[in-house]
Amino acid sequence: MVFMQSLTLESATEKSVVWPRLLPRLHVKAFTGGVIVLVFIVIGIIGPSIAPFDPNKQELTAMMKPPAGIGASHSLGTDNLGRDILSRIIHGSRVSLLVAFAVVFVSGFIGIALGAISGYFGGKVDFLIQKLVEVIWAFPPLLLGITIMAFLGQGLFNLILALVVQRWIPYCRVVRGQTLSLRNRDFVTAAQCLGASNRQIITRHIIPNLIQTSLVIGTFAMASSIIAEASLSFLGVGVPPEIPTWGTMLADARIYISTAWWLPLFPGLCIFVTVLGINLLGDALRDLLDPRLKRTGAKI
Amino acid sequence: MTSYLFQRLAGTLPVLLLISFLVFSLIHAAPGDPTLLLLGEETNAAEIARAKERWGLDQPLYVQYLKFLRAAAAGDFGKSFKYAEPVINVIKTRLPATIELAVFAIIIASLLAIPLGVWAGAKPNSWIDNLGTTFGLFGISMPSFWLAIMLILLLAGVLNLLPTSGRSTYGIAGPEQTGFYLFDSVVQKNWPAVWDGLTHIFLPALALGMNMLGILMRVTRSSILEVMNEDYIQTARAKGLREKNVVWRHVTSNALIPVITVVGLELGTLLSGSIIVETVFAWPGSGSLLITALNARDYPLVTGIVMTYTLAFVAINLIIDGLYAVVDPRIRY
Repeated sequence: MVFMQSLTLESATEKSVVWPRLLPRLHVKAFTGGVIVLVFIVIGIIGPSIAPFDPNKQELTAMMKPPAGIGASHSLGTDNLGRDILSRIIHGSRVSLLVAFAVVFVSGFIGIALGAISGYFGGKVDFLIQKLVEVIWAFPPLLLGITIMAFLGQGLFNLILALVVQRWIPYCRVVRGQTLSLRNRDFVTAAQCLGASNRQIITRHIIPNLIQTSLVIGTFAMASSIIAEASLSFLGVGVPPEIPTWGTMLADARIYISTAWWLPLFPGLCIFVTVLGINLLGDALRDLLDPRLKRTGAKI
Repeated sequence: MTSYLFQRLAGTLPVLLLISFLVFSLIHAAPGDPTLLLLGEETNAAEIARAKERWGLDQPLYVQYLKFLRAAAAGDFGKSFKYAEPVINVIKTRLPATIELAVFAIIIASLLAIPLGVWAGAKPNSWIDNLGTTFGLFGISMPSFWLAIMLILLLAGVLNLLPTSGRSTYGIAGPEQTGFYLFDSVVQKNWPAVWDGLTHIFLPALALGMNMLGILMRVTRSSILEVMNEDYIQTARAKGLREKNVVWRHVTSNALIPVITVVGLELGTLLSGSIIVETVFAWPGSGSLLITALNARDYPLVTGIVMTYTLAFVAINLIIDGLYAVVDPRIRY
């Protein structure tokens, strides 16, 4: 718990020591990651207006066209139904990122709230929440998602739900640990003496101290959500096939691997580059906020 | 130590019970009627009723659950709807393929990641460190199924070097003994079959292991970096040992403890990763079996596989906790 404690309050002093040494490498990481993520977010937002074609429009005269190059009409080629790959990728980025953001925010909200409650109150509440954490954590990742999706059926909302079920756990665990030490700090005691309610203490004094670490967990949760969404869609239990996402595009491409290389290449490349960007950003953020996590190689 | 393990074991039981309930209720609430899927749309109501009675689907859910629980405690997960065989037997025939794949994935990942991590950690900020770190980052960012597709495309499609599906070429294998195909072939001294098996397992194992490779490489590197600053390393250097000996004998042996932990922890991810990689490579393991069973709404089989995977995951975590104490004598329970 000692390191958790220092993580929040000493980070201000740590920063001045760490900055000069890490600056160049951090800059490269943060910059590259930031640019990649920003580009995909912008594409996701303005996507529909820059996509050259309707992503679901089937053009039977232009089926399976190989990539024509920049500037041509189907620059990344078309699929087995004559749909434009570039347009589908652009629309797909919107859905993929939307799912990932939703998962990160909802699971962050649940995880931080339950973690703070668990750590602050302790006792029976803590015991129950930690048992829940233990049970969910006992499932191999992805397997729970597959099982839930098979039960709920395909759909965006269901998918977000299935991913959230496991992704609030890391937040909850780390936040609980931090809250346990924050609870006994002087500023909490002071607030209690001044008559603040438990709710006020948690929302005003505890949670603001947890934001930095949660941000780091959030970036890694985002990366894993994108991959998980694609994996589930690829297996046919994620996003419904009529919505273009990178995962459903890969699922469609599976049977044409040997005949049309461009079908699996581009959507997969998008997943890879986006996740790489988020991981770079997460790494940089973690190095900046807590050099200790980097040194111990802790995987969140 | 023993009492601690017993305590952990006892603590695992309610968790397993809850999991079994969760899985059971999830699967039974799923849309889609298994009888319709199996018997076809044209079957009449009487036949459906008879099938439901045979499979016990006409009873209330809690009765079904209690029955399931009592049987499961004795290792009996019922009969598969699709294969008309006890679930445990169906899983038994497919599990060795998955274990074999996972073992090879770990071997490939460790063989590449540990030396690379040691090298990178021993020379921070050198070209090898930059290369290794970039490689590690690529490894953790790569979706395994996309890597699998790309490997098929490149090594099998364009270069035509390796087979892309199944465990072996038809007719080359000897009689099955343990189900571990490569192990059997080695025991039978069937060398063409061993080579054939290795060519089949290489691509799926690489695709499955890439993620672990990335994580292992990063953990090894940071662990080495940490140990390099210890006093006893200074002592080793002061003794006049060559840098190579310092790194490989003194640093590495001390730095590998977290690495072993990560190998164990990543086994769970590997298990679930195998579901997707097996599907891409048509690998006849329990992962691809799960997808088949899900699509057929084969309740007993799905429950059996999910429970097997979960049990394996829980057991692995338990073993790692025990291993901590063995590997690091400073830890006492």
